[in-house]
Amino acid sequence: MKPIVELFLTFFKIGLFTFGGGYAMISVVEDQCVERKKWITQEEMVQMTVLAESTPGPVAINAATYVGFQRAGLSGAAAATLGVVLPSFGVIFLISQFLEGFLEIPLIASAFQGIKLGVGVLIFRTGLQMALKAKMGPLAKGIFLASFLAMLAAGLFSLPVSSVALLVLAGILGFSVYWAKGAAK
Amino acid sequence: MIYLKLFLGFLKVGCFSFGGAYAAIPLIRDVVRGYGWMTEDQLAYMIAVSESTPGPIMVNLATFTGATQAGLAGAALATFAVVLPAFLVILLAATVLRRLMDSSGVQAVLKGLAPCVTGIILATGACMIVGSLSGPQGLDLPALVLTAVLAGVLLFSQKVLRKKISPILLILLSAGLGVLIYGLAPLLA
Repeated sequence: MKPIVELFLTFFKIGLFTFGGGYAMISVVEDQCVERKKWITQEEMVQMTVLAESTPGPVAINAATYVGFQRAGLSGAAAATLGVVLPSFGVIFLISQFLEGFLEIPLIASAFQGIKLGVGVLIFRTGLQMALKAKMGPLAKGIFLASFLAMLAAGLFSLPVSSVALLVLAGILGFSVYWAKGAAK
Repeated sequence: MIYLKLFLGFLKVGCFSFGGAYAAIPLIRDVVRGYGWMTEDQLAYMIAVSESTPGPIMVNLATFTGATQAGLAGAALATFAVVLPAFLVILLAATVLRRLMDSSGVQAVLKGLAPCVTGIILATGACMIVGSLSGPQGLDLPALVLTAVLAGVLLFSQKVLRKKISPILLILLSAGLGVLIYGLAPLLA
């Protein structure tokens, strides 16, 4: 089998059978690409995970692109990424066509009122765990508090605060403090 | 031009989503609510659907939004846009940028980004809970009971069972409680 076809099929399978995304995906990729196919080494797998965590985008896409590229260059990266995306694309596209009006059924609507709260609790927990785990210096604490309060005010009083603008500002702030420290030396 | 908006909106999501599925939801929420593509209810519904279908939540939400706004072409475009940044960044990293990622300048930018992301996520969770708690006549009592139960379950599993409860399980639980509290309670009363 051509490497590109094999990459596509393997990542299609990975895309089809991993629910819940993110870290669930990592273990499946490891099983397929390190243990079975021996496409990348264990060490490369760890490096790839770190890279995926510090770059934007879903970990699954990062992993597919990385393994595909190592194995068969640019076309390999494209084949693996297409393979991993295609199953969920098909499933969600079908759902979007058939489930119109589903939300208007009273029993379903009350279930989703519960789910809305559940998702809020999940996101809050994620934020809380990230805040507790991070070792923050004074600057990081300041950025954390400022962005928390800005987004909270935005949400509660419907102010037009964009999270992307906050992120860009924080990135610039982080870099300027680093740059100023370098200049002071 | 809906195609351009879909592309730019999800390109933004793809560029700025660090740190996993639930960490990306605040940004997605910002974009889909900002353009008026989804209500809060529809978003919650789609997050639950994404949890129970394969694939990354981010990709699922992009496909769904594109499909409902502009059919198959819209779905393909939004999915392409959300995947593109991750694809390009890894290609660059695998070829030339490996040393740059370790460079102290890039690390400094990431150091600024990390606490900001954390703050945004925490605030979004708080806003979603507060939004559900405030009903048409002030405090929504069923929602308060539900929040307390969910928080209790989370605390119990973490402190007593020492196991992290899976998002899928928590969403199933909140759906069941939602039916019980919102759906059946008015019938009994």
